[in-house]
Amino acid sequence: MTASIGVAMKRKEDPRFIRGRGRYLDDIVLPNMLFLAIVHSPYPHARIKSIDKSKAMALPGVKAVITGEDLDAAKLEWLPTFHGYDKQMVLALGKALYQYQEVAGVVATSRSIAEDGAELVEVEYEPLDPVVNPFQSKEDKIILRDDRENKTNHIYHWEVGDKAKTDAALDSSAIRIKERILSPRCHPAPLEPCGIVADMNKATGRLTVYMTSQAPHVHRTAFSLVTGIPEDKIHVISPDVGGGFGNKVPVYPGYVVATVASVIIGVPVKWVETRTENLTTTGFARDYHMDVELGATKEGGVTALKVSTTADHGAFDAAADPRKYPAGMFGIVTGSYDFPTAFAEVDAYFTNKAPGGIAYRCSFRVTEASFAIERGMDILARKLALDPAELRRRNFVKKDQFPYPSPLGFVYDSGDYEATLRKALDKIGYDALRKEQAEKRKKGELMGIGLSTFTEIVGAGPGKHFDILGIKMFDSAEIRIHPTGSGIVRAGTRHQGQGHETTWAQIVGEELGLDPQELLVEEGDTDTAPYGLGTYASRSTPVAGAALAMAARRIREKAKKIAAHLLEISEADVEWKDYKFNAKGVPGKSVTMKDVAFAAYTNPPPNTEPGLEATYYYDPPNLTFPNGAYVAVVDVDRETGFVKVRRFLAVDDCGVVINPMIVEGQIHGGLTEGFAMAFMQQIAFDEAGNHLNTNFTEYLVPTALETPHWETDSTVTPSPHHPIGAKGVGESPNVGSPQAFVNAVMDALAPLGITHIDMPLTREKVWRAIKESEAKQ
Amino acid sequence: MKITVTVNDTPYTRDVEPRMLLAYFLREELGLTGTHVGCDSSSCGVCVVALDGDRAVKSCTMFAVQADGHEITTVEGLEQGGNLHPLQQGFWDQHGLQCGYCTPGMLMTSYVLLKHQPKPSESEIREAIAGNLCRCTGYQNIVKAVQQAATAGGAS
Repeated sequence: MTASIGVAMKRKEDPRFIRGRGRYLDDIVLPNMLFLAIVHSPYPHARIKSIDKSKAMALPGVKAVITGEDLDAAKLEWLPTFHGYDKQMVLALGKALYQYQEVAGVVATSRSIAEDGAELVEVEYEPLDPVVNPFQSKEDKIILRDDRENKTNHIYHWEVGDKAKTDAALDSSAIRIKERILSPRCHPAPLEPCGIVADMNKATGRLTVYMTSQAPHVHRTAFSLVTGIPEDKIHVISPDVGGGFGNKVPVYPGYVVATVASVIIGVPVKWVETRTENLTTTGFARDYHMDVELGATKEGGVTALKVSTTADHGAFDAAADPRKYPAGMFGIVTGSYDFPTAFAEVDAYFTNKAPGGIAYRCSFRVTEASFAIERGMDILARKLALDPAELRRRNFVKKDQFPYPSPLGFVYDSGDYEATLRKALDKIGYDALRKEQAEKRKKGELMGIGLSTFTEIVGAGPGKHFDILGIKMFDSAEIRIHPTGSGIVRAGTRHQGQGHETTWAQIVGEELGLDPQELLVEEGDTDTAPYGLGTYASRSTPVAGAALAMAARRIREKAKKIAAHLLEISEADVEWKDYKFNAKGVPGKSVTMKDVAFAAYTNPPPNTEPGLEATYYYDPPNLTFPNGAYVAVVDVDRETGFVKVRRFLAVDDCGVVINPMIVEGQIHGGLTEGFAMAFMQQIAFDEAGNHLNTNFTEYLVPTALETPHWETDSTVTPSPHHPIGAKGVGESPNVGSPQAFVNAVMDALAPLGITHIDMPLTREKVWRAIKESEAKQ
Repeated sequence: MKITVTVNDTPYTRDVEPRMLLAYFLREELGLTGTHVGCDSSSCGVCVVALDGDRAVKSCTMFAVQADGHEITTVEGLEQGGNLHPLQQGFWDQHGLQCGYCTPGMLMTSYVLLKHQPKPSESEIREAIAGNLCRCTGYQNIVKAVQQAATAGGAS
């Protein structure tokens, strides 16, 4: 056997996908299956005066029409949100609180009859004035939530750090900047929409739920808590998932209505959302208005950071954050820098918009935090007339400071920020680019170079700090090695394209000296997989990946005893080396894991339990802190506002790399989503609360034409507390890149005196900023 | 309406509602679930199939009845005699897919591209697949996959 980790192994899951033989949610067809379609509110805020089901019920093929009142009678109207601070209406009860809110469900014998039926449900509304932004919400003139005891739209205040010390440091700083920076509302929009097939079998009393789930075990527990069905009577299967990016973490009303319909009618019920339903009702992300303040000495030593955020959470607080961290990991806002003091606070408000606040391809609220500090550092560099690379270098956490306790309470595991930045600047040819830029500026041409030297925080647990529904954020692995030396590997995670079927086999293959091609990886079935918290927040490799390595090491411990028996030597004389068990000091005398596996079933040592399998539940001692240095080079057309991304280089440090091909693929994908946030994607509303981005002709995601060519490289500082030194990578490029693009555009526009434009930097916004600036000159 | 559509060289005669979309005809009438649906508005391209071998069409915006008398090739029809099509091989070799949901549409669009342009440039590939969204890969490896297939004679 040779090494499995570090190998660019082709993906084991691909043969079915390239043949069109993946099995996604909507591919599941069960006998007598019915279909659910949903009736949505056309108003962002309206009292529901009446709902008339009669015309819909009269349509042949319609089996049921379900309203909020029906669910209320069954005590199934409210759905808990994951962190437990709030609850969410399943179907609008009394009032609709956002445009497109689910008002009724129509169950019918076909998808099209269900849609026809939904059009026949007559709802009488009394429109109310909407609250369309958190600053309006703050005034409390219109109280949105009648159901809550406190008659205010304010949800919570959260803070971390030393406010008095930070304010004092800012007041006494020679240089000070302050900027309001928006991380706009956007949507992950995986190409496969969300869906469910709920199948209540009245004969067995068992509910089988096929759903697009990034966290099937958590969903099983949530379903049990909501419906009262015992957890052993619920079987959640998450089939192939066509992208998730955080969108498939929460429980949505459609899931609940389909399940209720199946429980009542006793046949399977399928609900698959339309793209419009996806973009208007499920899992939005971001929507943080951040006031960023930095103080510094004249030499560029940062003295303090303060960030005060006003957060728009929509109509229900369904933000997918751990219970003790309502603003997620926003405390990572000090980024890669060693600041003497810092303070961050978040105030969250209800508005007449869809709920969410999910972690879109990032660990909870890290994209927002990273954007705030990296934009802030650029704005400060300009005020100091200092090169932004130099300002960063002067303030970096130094290599010898790890483990580094940040002023906002995290302990960074490892990194070498200077080396990573140096590599990026050398590779892109930074000095030459700055010279070129100076020449171009003389001619009035707008060229910009943007940096981002970010630090991520991923891999939640540890369980003592992080939980969902009270369940600690560990993860799990189970490995069974068969007599002939192949095996099955299961984990509590659920991949949605990340390649676990390959990388999990590589981890186990490396630890056990077995061929990853002969290790079948299975996830997503709660009847067979050990309990896990799922795949999001870049936690799979840091947590489940660690559980896999530890479970494999448990197997190796037992295998060592069997090897000693086979080699007829004492266990102390057995050594694991070169992927096999060797008799110490006797060259050539060895047994392989395959030999041991066969013996485990056919010839175990006396008084030894037969078989070769292990389970491990891993509660990480700390988070991991992937980081990187990104450089964007742009040319901005003065006449049209068009931004051409000429080059983009990402140097990532994600610790030990399991499969470089897959890591590079994750980086390409994350950079593309970062590009999308910077230039294209936004969920916007007009002043009347109308949703303006309800399909892919209005919500723009990048195609192959606008997506830049990506250059990648890496540095490696292994995580000291992870069994194989890995840190996670799927989200780094998405967290790290938006600010590199925006910093590059702002750098290009610097000669025009433009400091900041909020994302997305559409051609129109850039053009307007240029023209306004030119008019002033 | 009664229609006959030849799909992957096999003729199928079915009685369908006039409003049935070709995507659902393939998926639900014929059980060919490799063709996906992702946006309902002809924007994302996960539903792309080849019409009469040389046109890439979005099957979510074509009625099944419009395919009456025509030949459709879906992702399930690419593999021949147990051999992967060079495009399938290219996507696998070059890590041109992650979640796999856009892959059938990408493959079929590329299949038609190679019929018209056996040796496409990078910009020709990017232009050809501009009607196919991918949220995972950032397209770069998809471009490489199509280039590999072109080199391997994927047009034939």
